[in-house]
Amino acid sequence: MASFEPVLLRNRGVEGSTTLKVYESRGGYQAVRKALKQTPDEIVAEVKKANLRGRGGAGFPAGVKWGFLPKDRKKTLLCVNGDESEPPTFCNRVLMENDPHQLIEGTIIAAYAVQAQTVYIYLRGEFHEQFHILQKAVDQAYAAGYLGKKVFGSDFSIEMYLHRGAGAYVCGEETGLIESLEGKRGWPRIKPPFPAIEGAFRLPTVVNNVETLSCVPHIIERGADWFTGIGPAHSAGPKLFCVSGPVKNPGCYEGAMDFTVRDLIEREDLGGGMMDGKHIKAVFPGGCSMGVLSADELDMKLDFDDPRNFGLLGLGTAAAVVIPHDMDMRIVLRNMARFYGTESCGQCTQCREGTAWMHKIATRIAADAGRPEDLDILLETARNMGMMPGLSICGLPDGATFPIETIVKKFRSELDESILAQPRGRAEDLLKVLN
Amino acid sequence: MSWKAIDRNQPVVEKDAAPVLSDAVRDKIRSFFPRYETKRAVLLPALHIVQNTLGYISWQAMTEIAEVLEIHPSDVMNTTSFYTHFWTHPKGEKVLTVCRSISCEAMGGAKMLDTIKKELGIDEHGTTKDGRYSLVTEECLAGCDHAPCLLINEKMHKCVKAEDIPALLVDVDNDKLSMERSDLFDPPSEEKGKQAASVGQDSAIGATSDVSEMREAE
Ligand SMILES: Cc1cc2nc3c(=O)[nH]c(=O)nc-3n(C[C@H](O)[C@H](O)[C@H](O)COP(=O)(O)O)c2cc1C
Ligand code: SF4
Ligand code: FES
Repeated sequence: MASFEPVLLRNRGVEGSTTLKVYESRGGYQAVRKALKQTPDEIVAEVKKANLRGRGGAGFPAGVKWGFLPKDRKKTLLCVNGDESEPPTFCNRVLMENDPHQLIEGTIIAAYAVQAQTVYIYLRGEFHEQFHILQKAVDQAYAAGYLGKKVFGSDFSIEMYLHRGAGAYVCGEETGLIESLEGKRGWPRIKPPFPAIEGAFRLPTVVNNVETLSCVPHIIERGADWFTGIGPAHSAGPKLFCVSGPVKNPGCYEGAMDFTVRDLIEREDLGGGMMDGKHIKAVFPGGCSMGVLSADELDMKLDFDDPRNFGLLGLGTAAAVVIPHDMDMRIVLRNMARFYGTESCGQCTQCREGTAWMHKIATRIAADAGRPEDLDILLETARNMGMMPGLSICGLPDGATFPIETIVKKFRSELDESILAQPRGRAEDLLKVLN
Repeated sequence: MSWKAIDRNQPVVEKDAAPVLSDAVRDKIRSFFPRYETKRAVLLPALHIVQNTLGYISWQAMTEIAEVLEIHPSDVMNTTSFYTHFWTHPKGEKVLTVCRSISCEAMGGAKMLDTIKKELGIDEHGTTKDGRYSLVTEECLAGCDHAPCLLINEKMHKCVKAEDIPALLVDVDNDKLSMERSDLFDPPSEEKGKQAASVGQDSAIGATSDVSEMREAE
């Protein structure tokens, strides 16, 4: 297979790639100059035509989202979602570490398109090194006149601020992010109103992912037709894929959305195959929240549509973690359940209680004290929470449902066997202590 | 066995105590006002600034932040308690944050964590007696390609094996960043490390965690 000519990662590995000088020497900040000569509506139309689907997880077309803003608005805000907390996702980190100016350029263009004069880049609190890299880049862009008053000699002014989070997965949810930006707990808001109508500080607000915005300069520079020419029609454009776990070359790779999970793990130019002595037991191909694939399902295509054919929630963040043959599925189950149990913000009853129950049950199963009926209780709990059945404010519990449900369904025989192999009476003994 | 406990009789906020936030810190917080539509939105930056300066955010500090932002102290406490990054009691000079999510667990993160616990003789949320280290775990640190990951203050350590831990813990520069810092936020400074260390030695609050406190009480 012909190797992919990198777009988003084209500056990775180039010396000094985080500096303005090197970025410009490689053609940077030309797209924004071109954009500022067009009208905002023309930019929105071009991005719509490119069908740039959001890279943050939901896959909603960016151009369409921008079109929801009220026509008569006075002030608009743009928030860049750099919370990146979905295990095992790290592509936004790679973009910010290697090419911060690409993100800044995309953000200026997007801000111009939606006429936002204030931009907040929300960075998760653990991104310390990335904060310093990005803040330095922002400082350079200010000094060059690319940010601030009348940028590039146009009439457009823009302020860009980095806002640092402090450790909460739910702040990646767009309205959780907005609340956190306002100095509050990261409690997602009931929608509608959607942020485009009433967002941060009750102003119309657009929230987009780091990778989504990093695509924008390339669409403006090379045109929507170039963009839609990459990959299948419903999943156009270059995309970053992460792979981690015991593979030979864990990392972030770029490609069209036209290959399979197996390719991502095995191809020489991608994951490079499993480490010696390790075999694949399972793969979470799109971030944990999308659910798990068994080793027989690796022909799933990594595009926006195919994951549904395998019982998954969607493409998610296209970040795969490979579970090796010698890892106990009960440990995996416990790890997943713990994540959602501790990250639920606690506003919605089903999410707060459901994720906590699942955590408790999974912990007990992993401690050799599961009961056969526990697996059905997990399924029942999973089915009764989330946004999809209309019970919760945000999508976190849906993201909890899919991994738990798919682990239990696809690895039921292994889990049943482990439970049968436990020391007799242990579950009952432990339950007496716990309940 | 003698054991130490937090003094729970003393009110956490003393009415007549001297202010803990200096004018410089207050000015630094105020310098963020032009960035946002409301003063309350400066709360997260303010909490970072205060934790970087004082090492943790005491109840007294919270009431003073409330004063600067012109909001109710309860709002400050409400927000502070939501985020895992903020400490409401003294912590060590360096915080070790071990990733516990799936890629790191698959690559030996649990063993690394156990080694740290053994080396330092503390549990999660614990602080060593000399005030040098505190230990916490966090969900995915977005460094899964280098699993297992360990943050030491701001510095990310990649592919950390259990056997690397002893050498890493004695390296005084294990929290030094390789890139140029932005001065918008200060590093968690040496000052408070010393402060936490002294607290650890001669006052009742040091070298404790709820877990180890319970164990010692037994
Ligand atoms: C629980 C939860 C966590 C989320 N975390 C993130 C995140 O870390 N980064 C991100 O870009 N989007 C995250 N999202 C998706 C955002 O809500 C939102 O859809 C996205 O930022 C929109 O940007 P996009 O359209 O460019 O993808 C999360 C959603 C949920 C429900
Ligand atoms: S669904 Fe869960 S995480 Fe989302 S708002 Fe409700 S309680 Fe919070
Ligand atoms: S799972 Fe540990 S850094 Fe992502």
